[in-house]
Amino acid sequence: MSRTSPQVTGWLLLLPSLLLLIAFTHYPAVATIWHSFFSTPKGAVPASFVGLENYRLMIDDPVFWQALWNNLWFALGTIPISIALALQMALWVNGRIAGRGFLRLAYFTPTVLPMIAVANIWLFFYTPQYGLLEQITGAMGLPSHNWLGNRQTVLGAMMIVAIWKEAGFFMIFYLAALQQVSPSLAEAAALEGASRRQYFWKVLFPLLMPTTLFVLINALIDAFRMVDHIVVMTRGGPDNASALLLYYIYQVGFAFWDSAYAAALTVVLLFVLGLTAFVKFRFLDRRTHYQ
Amino acid sequence: MSTEAGRNTAGRMLEPLAAWLLGLLWLLPLAYAAWTAFHPPEFSTRLELSAPLTLQNFVNAWHAAPFARYFLNTFLLVTMILCAQLILVTLAAYAFARFEFRGRDVVFFLVLLQLMIMPDVLIVENYATMNSLGLRDTIVAVGLPYFASAFGIFLLRQTFKTVPRELDEAARVEGASALQVLMKVYVPLARPVYLAYALVSVSHHWNNFLWPLIITNSVETRPLTVGLQVFSSTDQGVDWSIITAATLMTSAPLLVGFLLFQRQFVQSFMRAGIR
Repeated sequence: MSRTSPQVTGWLLLLPSLLLLIAFTHYPAVATIWHSFFSTPKGAVPASFVGLENYRLMIDDPVFWQALWNNLWFALGTIPISIALALQMALWVNGRIAGRGFLRLAYFTPTVLPMIAVANIWLFFYTPQYGLLEQITGAMGLPSHNWLGNRQTVLGAMMIVAIWKEAGFFMIFYLAALQQVSPSLAEAAALEGASRRQYFWKVLFPLLMPTTLFVLINALIDAFRMVDHIVVMTRGGPDNASALLLYYIYQVGFAFWDSAYAAALTVVLLFVLGLTAFVKFRFLDRRTHYQ
Repeated sequence: MSTEAGRNTAGRMLEPLAAWLLGLLWLLPLAYAAWTAFHPPEFSTRLELSAPLTLQNFVNAWHAAPFARYFLNTFLLVTMILCAQLILVTLAAYAFARFEFRGRDVVFFLVLLQLMIMPDVLIVENYATMNSLGLRDTIVAVGLPYFASAFGIFLLRQTFKTVPRELDEAARVEGASALQVLMKVYVPLARPVYLAYALVSVSHHWNNFLWPLIITNSVETRPLTVGLQVFSSTDQGVDWSIITAATLMTSAPLLVGFLLFQRQFVQSFMRAGIR
């Protein structure tokens, strides 16, 4: 090996990973775009080129728009709250609070559980009449409410599940960042007479900015990728009120078996993720070190 | 954040209270599920301290579906993915960290793209690929798209880059080949990173759901997550005692592992997170 040129060795080492990456990430991404311009093959009828027909269909499809809007609201509703909670959790757990170990455990545990298990637990939690939520609201004399069966509340109920699952995960990144912050900064700020509030907003928060951006990107991807809880809890219902984009793709592709239309829908999802990737590589990674 | 109270003592008292309230709130759904799973069905929604404890729900759940097989499938799946990842990721990270070759930067960028556009969203095309490979409804098909991991490559590349070149060169002077240098110098030094990566990978693939749901179709291939979903959505109606027992049972290995190795877990996720 030592006589082989570094050129060849480098490529050989890379080859297995590269082949698999191309086969299951790059090829399917390109093939999705290609297939979105064709019709779905049905039995003996092969796929034929239909140009933008699938996209025309999509623009006229109210369920697509509903799923896309749901997903945007879902992202908007979950990301800021889970990031704020994560930061607060990290500050508490990083400080000298009684029962620190227990709290860290409590916050982080939902992260370890499978989303599918979490969804089952929350389904039970939300169950009309029997669920704990109903028992609490019932004890307070409030009327019974079917949280997952109502168009108005179902998406909000799903957001709470996502926040509960993700906040502890994001807390870890803040915790890691906080442990890098020198304690002398807090001492200096205190000597200058800064309040804890000023210290947080003027010193700590700007210092944590790279972490916040990192968490933000991850949260954004997760918001468009996580649909396990939808499959278990609502199947997109009632009336598509909780359908997210990937869930709709799953429905079209594997319940209606319309692979061409599913491909067109996936192109939209790829566009969203590609945009996120572009922002990350173009703007955020300038400050972090890739070398 | 909650520094409204500034330096006054009321604020100092309120903060731990809020922290604990949130902590208890966070454990509430889990505690409720545990209550239901460990008590007879008639107490499943009645919180009475005198209610007798029982394991019957777990016994019933275990016999109601082939969970032993599902556990085996998940175990095989997670082990297979981890082994493949460790080998592939090590080789690729070594190439990126220590070899000069034409097109390296472009290829590295192509690898990083997988961090954003993962196989999880390319379900339609990957299903078609598995179909044409004749792999549909196999455990290999569940794992194959994840064998090459951009995240792992990136994580290890960063670690390998911190290894002093002198160690590398000293080994080469003694006549070691590139692969020998990798195994004797780089891999041992990266042990904590391997541990971190392994924990993240195992918990990720233990929990994965949508892709296995699509690609598997039989008891012999279904991982636990899909098995649990099939079980709780079809067979059981609304018997929450058994469903919660099954739910806790399927997450138990991860949960127990997490409780035992809490420090390592948290540190692994931290280490993996600082990219």
